[in-house]
Amino acid sequence: MAAPTTMRATADHADAVAVAPGVHWIGAFDPDLRSFDIILRTANGTSYNAYAVRGGTGVAVIDTVKAGFSERFFHRLETIADYDEITTVVLNHLEPDHSGALPELLRRAPRAQLYVSHQARPMLKGLFDPAEFAGRITGVGSGDTVDLGGRRLEFFNTPYLHWPDTQCTWLEDEGLLFSGDFLGCHYCDTRLFNDAVGDFRFSFDYYYAHIMRPFRAHVRSALDLIEPLLLRAILPAHGPVLREDPRDYVRRYRALSGSGLHRNQVKTLAIFYISAYGATRRMAEAVAAGAETAAGDNDATGAVRVSLYDIEGSEPQPFVDLIEEADALIIGSPTINGDAVKPVWDLLSSLTMVDVKGKLGAAFGSYGWSGEAVPMIEDRLRRLKLRVPVQGIKAQLSPTPEEFAACHSLGRDIALHLLGRAEARVIDMASLA
Amino acid sequence: MPKAQVTFQDIGVTVTVPAGTRLIEVSEKVGAGITYGCREGECCTCLTKIVSGHENLAAPSVLEDQVLKDNLAPRHHRLACQAQILGGSIVVKPT
Ligand SMILES: Cc1cc2nc3c(=O)[nH]c(=O)nc-3n(C[C@H](O)[C@H](O)[C@H](O)COP(=O)(O)O)c2cc1C
Ligand code: FES
Ligand SMILES: [Fe+2]
Ligand SMILES: [Fe+2]
Repeated sequence: MAAPTTMRATADHADAVAVAPGVHWIGAFDPDLRSFDIILRTANGTSYNAYAVRGGTGVAVIDTVKAGFSERFFHRLETIADYDEITTVVLNHLEPDHSGALPELLRRAPRAQLYVSHQARPMLKGLFDPAEFAGRITGVGSGDTVDLGGRRLEFFNTPYLHWPDTQCTWLEDEGLLFSGDFLGCHYCDTRLFNDAVGDFRFSFDYYYAHIMRPFRAHVRSALDLIEPLLLRAILPAHGPVLREDPRDYVRRYRALSGSGLHRNQVKTLAIFYISAYGATRRMAEAVAAGAETAAGDNDATGAVRVSLYDIEGSEPQPFVDLIEEADALIIGSPTINGDAVKPVWDLLSSLTMVDVKGKLGAAFGSYGWSGEAVPMIEDRLRRLKLRVPVQGIKAQLSPTPEEFAACHSLGRDIALHLLGRAEARVIDMASLA
Repeated sequence: MPKAQVTFQDIGVTVTVPAGTRLIEVSEKVGAGITYGCREGECCTCLTKIVSGHENLAAPSVLEDQVLKDNLAPRHHRLACQAQILGGSIVVKPT
């Protein structure tokens, strides 16, 4: 195929690319990359986008590139500015793919002040010795601005897209949003602009699913800040510059981060179990029945929709989608060889893909003699940042009527918690395991 | 040993605890919604609103103060992995 070779060849033409009046792309292309941050495949490679904005009194550089691509970045920068013109360096995100050339840039541009989010400041020491740039680092938040002479940059604090430090930078006079990793994608195409490159919709959605989806509450907050802007283009830190219909991409993020359920205040409780001989399955049914007793009344306090799933019946992925939308998650596993079983761990390890923080969680299961599964699942749920307000239920081999009753009240208690109707309790710490 | 009472508003549970306990230890045990990352007062994941009784927690260290400031924490918010319970009663709510 001839086309990619031509594109590869032009990738090495080393000029900056004009994006808007006084605004240039000065990043680097990485067409051969096939996996990113361990967690993504990158069929089309990626780009590390950096930009320069020229004002009346100085030049701002926004983001840098991955170390190893620094030379191309500096070369492109040098085609449009002298180092002593640079008054401002903005780092929207300090991950090494954007901060690789930062210390060297600050060395070469002695007048430059570095602007990072407040959250980024304490993390910088993990990248370089901040003492070298003492007095040259400013933490900024939403509403803070930097004047470049006749035009200014404004910052939006948009944390956890996808690290605590991430922010966006806005150039109002041109309507340009430098969005960092947000609204980006791993898609390397030297034609650069979204109206010129190949079809990258797959890459855009795939990137969202792997980078942004675990933080969808933060995605929504950032969209709240961005949607009112009179956007003329989005300039992300990876992938094409989105100058044609930039709002389409904002709308796509809104759709991807939205919740399809949650109508009519209905809370959802999902119970997952796996069972070899049926003991844990029967416990699951008791948990579900108990939850139903709290769930039925469609009164002012709302209702709970209870669903029961056999983990053996599916790959983890559809369950992950379900759990993302659920308000509570109860998991049942027998203890086998001193542990919960692998399909349970496969499901639980897949939950880093979605935001489960603050959901309610609980565990139950049948066991033979040691019963490790339930506390191990509870630990994992806590470490996933779920709330685990009700102690799990273990039953030795075939559950007794008392143990079924305990499962029943576990389901009921979790449902009541969901409805905000759990009874206030007073307990002594010494009584807790 | 002096005792204190901590109420976790999100799950409606009040716990009697010995003085000197850190908020995160109690929260973890009762399954309240305070989440944590580093447990060393650096990441601010455990930021918690002290609804009442903030004077019943040991004053924040210089490090905690700095982290709270860096993260623009509102008034009466503390790091649960750092805040030590002194006595009396305290009501908290995860952020
Ligand atoms: C997608 C992604 C998510 C991350 N999430 C976390 C996190 O939740 N907590 C954390 O402490 N570090 C997180 N990190 C930071 C990495 O642990 C850090 O960059 C580390 O230095 C990478 O080590 P390595 O060079 O061995 O890959 C994350 C990094 C990436 C790429
Ligand atoms: S858990 Fe990191 S600051 Fe408390
Ligand atoms: Fe990143
Ligand atoms: Fe990135």
